[in-house]
Amino acid sequence: MLYREAGDFKTSYREDGQTFPIRLDRWGYYAVLAVAFGIVPFLINDYWASAVLVPFLIYAVAAMGLNILTGYAGQVSLGTGGFMAVGAYAVYKLMTAFPEVNIVLHILLAGGITAIVGMVFGLPSLRIKGFYLAVATLAAQFFLVWLFNKVPWFYNYSASGQITAPERTLLGYAITGPASSAAVKYLVCLCFAVVLAWVARNLTRGTLGRKWMAIRDMDIAAEIIGVNPLTAKLSAFAVSSFFVGIAGALLFAVYLGAAEVGEAFGINKSFLVLFMIIIGGLGSVFGSFAGAAFMVLLPVLLKNLLVGGFGWPTNLAAHIELMIVGGLIILFLIVEPHGLARLWRLAKEKLRLWPFPH
Amino acid sequence: MKTKLTALALAATLAAAAPAMAELVVPSLSYRTGPYGANGTQYADGFADYFTLLNERDGGIGGERIQVPECETAYNTEKGVECYEATKDTGALVYNPLSTGITYQLIPKVSVDKKVLYTPGYGRTSAKNGKVFEWVFNAPANYWDGASVAIKYLLDENGGDLSGKKIALVYHNSAYGKEPIRTLQKLSEKHGFELSEIPIDPPGQEQKSQWLQIRRERPDYVIMYGWGVMNQAAIQEAANIRFPMENFIGIWWAGSEVDVLPVGAGANGYKALTFNGVGMDYPVYDDMRKFVIEPGKASQGGQYVGSALYSRGMYAAVVIAEAIRKAQEIAGTAAIDAQQLRDGFEQLDITPERLTEIGLPDFGPEISLSCANHGGSGMARLQQWDAEAKQWNLISDFTEPDQEVLEPLIAEDSEAYAREAGITPRDCN
Repeated sequence: MLYREAGDFKTSYREDGQTFPIRLDRWGYYAVLAVAFGIVPFLINDYWASAVLVPFLIYAVAAMGLNILTGYAGQVSLGTGGFMAVGAYAVYKLMTAFPEVNIVLHILLAGGITAIVGMVFGLPSLRIKGFYLAVATLAAQFFLVWLFNKVPWFYNYSASGQITAPERTLLGYAITGPASSAAVKYLVCLCFAVVLAWVARNLTRGTLGRKWMAIRDMDIAAEIIGVNPLTAKLSAFAVSSFFVGIAGALLFAVYLGAAEVGEAFGINKSFLVLFMIIIGGLGSVFGSFAGAAFMVLLPVLLKNLLVGGFGWPTNLAAHIELMIVGGLIILFLIVEPHGLARLWRLAKEKLRLWPFPH
Repeated sequence: MKTKLTALALAATLAAAAPAMAELVVPSLSYRTGPYGANGTQYADGFADYFTLLNERDGGIGGERIQVPECETAYNTEKGVECYEATKDTGALVYNPLSTGITYQLIPKVSVDKKVLYTPGYGRTSAKNGKVFEWVFNAPANYWDGASVAIKYLLDENGGDLSGKKIALVYHNSAYGKEPIRTLQKLSEKHGFELSEIPIDPPGQEQKSQWLQIRRERPDYVIMYGWGVMNQAAIQEAANIRFPMENFIGIWWAGSEVDVLPVGAGANGYKALTFNGVGMDYPVYDDMRKFVIEPGKASQGGQYVGSALYSRGMYAAVVIAEAIRKAQEIAGTAAIDAQQLRDGFEQLDITPERLTEIGLPDFGPEISLSCANHGGSGMARLQQWDAEAKQWNLISDFTEPDQEVLEPLIAEDSEAYAREAGITPRDCN
């Protein structure tokens, strides 16, 4: 009744091939963007920015990156934490070496540097697949963390080994550093998330995305029909690491402000992002956002509910929260192994028929 | 589904409303879970129990009751930031996150949000320089003081001469563990001993290779900067390679019952630094029993009362309470805010007589802070573990660290921070 494509005739290929062909979808998308850009920055406070929205957007970008690599190109990677560290340290060295340059440019350059590093660590994918590639990327994770801990040049020879983001401004507003306001941090991360989501969506439904999906589904057949596995796999690593590097740079510069590589970019980060794309749905941009929301928001929500609402002691609440998140992950994988994105797609398909199912 | 979650989150956060603003709020960013939970939970108990005692016995400080809301950080930096943001608008006065990583995060934030950051015996060492770090205090001692006091103790043991000796530093491979390296390197140049640095990746449960390296190198002494599970693993490995425990000195965070009890008799003779007293032989515990433990108001039922970390948590609460008292005296009102507490900290003077009045005679060194000195005298002493009696015994007096080596290092580090963060040092006169 509400959600129909009946009567909505497309008269050009451009209209027919758009991402949101159904009118209600398009309006929903514009409404979400309007609320996100126009309403939330005026209502947001420090807690909502730091605990909920900024980490959600940053992890959504990281999840999109890993989704491109694992969901679309089929290359399992456990090195996400290490690549986020590359992004963070790259932006730190750039910020301290070239303080006059725009911070946004630095973040994009950091993404580029991570893309190059990602391509280097993606070379084993030309020889090994699946589980074995996961182990090779695990080596990348540990190597990169060790490298940033060991070589003092990366943390500018500071005694503690921590890196701290100096204050940088854009259009007069402080973006990094403690004086940055919640709304500014949120808007910067939102802009990156929206632009990168747009890039990801268009890359994955174009030629490059189809090449990635061909490699994922059957790489020998893909090679036979003319997909160059070298360029396809390395480009997947490059684009994915670009996204993950930007996420790491934003995590350090905008969200945390200071980082210690072992703690902020350890193996737990890699697992976290991997769980996000598994729960959210492999091979889907919406799935990256859904998975990031699940893994970031659920612990915060549970903490506020159990400690703030019920008044339970903090250690009990922390342990119960771990159990609940783990239990929900198992439940999701049993009920819907293709993730939240598939649930969303099924809901939309049922809505197309509602209220007259057949 | 996402909108339902957001609506529920909104309702839940509104339900967790701010407490009454008339009380003094000292948030406890504790960790009772994770690899450091066993240690952190005892510290948090001591911290909470002392404020409970003040509330029950005296009705608070100056008539204002003290609220100590707990927020679980699991020693994780992101959760620490989340806890800070959640509590900072509830009238929070002072933060004690018990984590060097979280401290580094909060140092720039507290300057902007104007909250006091009290990091006794941990955190950023150069915060002792009050001219640069206006809102951070780390009395009575910091990591460089600890390293220097340990070296002074070893000098005493060796008749004032350490040249030719080998000292190994076993450290937690994080900002915390790396803190003493520069100081120990300077001290090794000054006294002529050979320093070898052995990092242990957190959480530090696997240390066999590092201790085999120590067995090969045969250092004369080992100094450890560990925390959490790393400590007991290290002491167990040291016992396995039959390293003489009297030559094994841990920093104050590596000297608690949690670390030595699992090793049993093998840990006998292990030494650790401390800046507070040990045991329950203090008059304050009579009040503690009467007002807190027996009425059942002790944190976690009082199972860790009197342990080394409980004492340290209690000591931090004592210093904060005295600073609140001082702030109330200066401001002339009992309902102080964070700015007034900062002034109170800066004029804090806890004399040995005052400690005896509180019921903790000779529990800690004299703490006398000023605008330029936010770190006190840096005095610390040593304790030794008696595995038979299962208790810590103090084996030295309060020793001053080598300020001749430390002062230039602190000046250099704080100036580097001031340059990086764009702070002009205050003029203290």
